[in-house]
Amino acid sequence: MTYLIQQILNALQLGSIYALIALGYTMVYGILRMINFAHGDFFMVGAFLCLISVTVLGLPFIPTLIIAMIGVAALGVATERIAYKPLRQAPRVSAIITALGVGIFLENFTLALSPYPKHVPPLIETVNWTLGGVTVSNLQVIIIVLSLALMAVLHYIVQHTRTGIAMRAISFDMGTAPLMGVPVNSIISVTFALGSCLGGAAGMLYAMAYPIIDPYMGIMIGWKAFISAVVGGIGNIRGAVLGGFILGGTEILVAAFLPSTYRDVVAFTILLVLLIFRPYGILGKPTAGKV
Amino acid sequence: MKKVSLFIAALISIALLTVACQKSGENVIKVGVIAELTGSIPAVGASCKNAALLAVKEINDAGGIDLGGKKYKIELAVEDSAAKSDQAAAVAQKLITQNKVVAIVGPNSSGNAIPASEIAETMKVPLITPWSTEPKTTLDKNGKPKQYVFRACFTDIFEGQALGKFASETLKKQRAAVLHDVGSDVLKSQAELFRTSFEAAGGKIVAFETYTSGDKDFSAQLTKIHDANPDIIFLPSYYTDVPLQVQQAYRLGIKVPFLGSDAWSTPELIKMCGKDCEGFYFMNHYSPETRNPMTKKFADAYKAMHGSVPDDIAALTYDSFGLLVKALKSAGKAEPQAIRDALAAITEYKGVTGEMQFQPGSGDPRKGAVIMQIKDGKFVWFADTQP
Repeated sequence: MTYLIQQILNALQLGSIYALIALGYTMVYGILRMINFAHGDFFMVGAFLCLISVTVLGLPFIPTLIIAMIGVAALGVATERIAYKPLRQAPRVSAIITALGVGIFLENFTLALSPYPKHVPPLIETVNWTLGGVTVSNLQVIIIVLSLALMAVLHYIVQHTRTGIAMRAISFDMGTAPLMGVPVNSIISVTFALGSCLGGAAGMLYAMAYPIIDPYMGIMIGWKAFISAVVGGIGNIRGAVLGGFILGGTEILVAAFLPSTYRDVVAFTILLVLLIFRPYGILGKPTAGKV
Repeated sequence: MKKVSLFIAALISIALLTVACQKSGENVIKVGVIAELTGSIPAVGASCKNAALLAVKEINDAGGIDLGGKKYKIELAVEDSAAKSDQAAAVAQKLITQNKVVAIVGPNSSGNAIPASEIAETMKVPLITPWSTEPKTTLDKNGKPKQYVFRACFTDIFEGQALGKFASETLKKQRAAVLHDVGSDVLKSQAELFRTSFEAAGGKIVAFETYTSGDKDFSAQLTKIHDANPDIIFLPSYYTDVPLQVQQAYRLGIKVPFLGSDAWSTPELIKMCGKDCEGFYFMNHYSPETRNPMTKKFADAYKAMHGSVPDDIAALTYDSFGLLVKALKSAGKAEPQAIRDALAAITEYKGVTGEMQFQPGSGDPRKGAVIMQIKDGKFVWFADTQP
């Protein structure tokens, strides 16, 4: 029993990081119907900002988190303005290719600055608590609680503020929203800022939990988070969170109860089967194609 | 069209001229070096090249090698494999056909050494790899020893066995867990051979867990290992994964020591792992601190020339050149076939990484290894192991 609880805690930690990144994919898709494939690399930039903040500036935990979040949010907004906005009317494939290009640019830019894997020094002293055979570290608690808190804040913004209403309006009908006085461009910027800022926070938390970072670290995590968003129902915020925890949970639990060599095979088969029965994701709704 | 052919003709004549110029230098033996100078493991390639430069400088400063009454100097042709298998094969081809080298030292990583050795074997030019421990490097497709391929290091078979014995006999451990990367042939075979020899020595493998290259979260596997209650964990992982695995183990409450393979052996490990790896043991090809006067002389000369302590790749490259020079002297002429026959005839060699013994018909030396311990943020010699 303690073994299961320990593994569930592991799953919660991994799942909350997937969920934070998946939110970035889903928010951009919800508004622009575009998949921002550079998002995994935004996450990587967040981890490297954390490294700079700790080693060069010597800042503690909270300021480092803020730097990572604001830095990546700014990067997201700038990327949208420079690379995506000119292509808003272009075929969707062009926008996706641009996103891939931005991702490759960010990877190689970071690679040029830091070709070797880097170690991020710990920001907080690790403390272990043992409760009835289950070991919890303070870092694990911080990651899970902070992720859930950020998701709650996002939920509040989207559901209960004027900006959130405007976002949902654009997502519902991009053509009509400006006629009702919704400032489309600035709302899109805010969406990018929010999504990227969560990606930056995920990058920072990831660098704390897995403190060896390299310029290509965002690729695989980015794909996994994207899969989480699709499984949960892309475009749906609660779906992205659910998808992140489902993917983290299957990965950990498969490795926990089956030979670990089959982890990815079994985990992704489960997800594929899930998509066969719910092709729009667990919480996604079928969208009628406009003729 | 005419312009193009003129241009090509000009290019060809320039190429011929350079080849002619290279040939004009008499009393020179050309030796090729293939090192991983760029790509994923640049530290390995740099050590290899530095040691090659030192070895050649020492030979040439002493007047060169005496072959049939004439003194010959060694001329190096260094090529970069970029840690890519296709490029390793391409530069091996280039060294043999264009630079006309009589022998090649390198590449170091098994993924590069295997394709390069195939080229050397078909072109009948001897190749000595300093650091490739993969058994397949010196074996052909049918599992028979290659005729032209040699190495200066022990193989994974010895390493896995020696580590299993060390864990059970020296450390007196009875319950071992293993965590390894299934994406790497070398690490996988180290893990499997460790299991065999640890069990043969009377120990029990309580968990045998895997992950895939690039993974950063090992919590599920480590929780499983914790649950199996081992008294030692064998971790044949590269130095970029070790710190993550060790730290995650601590966070899950694991308190048993870890044991590593030669994949740990770079000072980068200590920089990244810090205090977390303190006290752990791993296997290495040699220790710069040993009392062997030849090793000490090499380490001092290397430090004077390059300003750093030589790692195992540097020491093994230096020994590869030692083997080559010994073969050249007994062959008496600088021809690939004669060098190959002389290399194959070597039965014993005393190098900076210890004594090597070659069995007839095999390019693999029988040699000892050292167990190093991480102590006060340094690699410290702990014990010698003999096959």
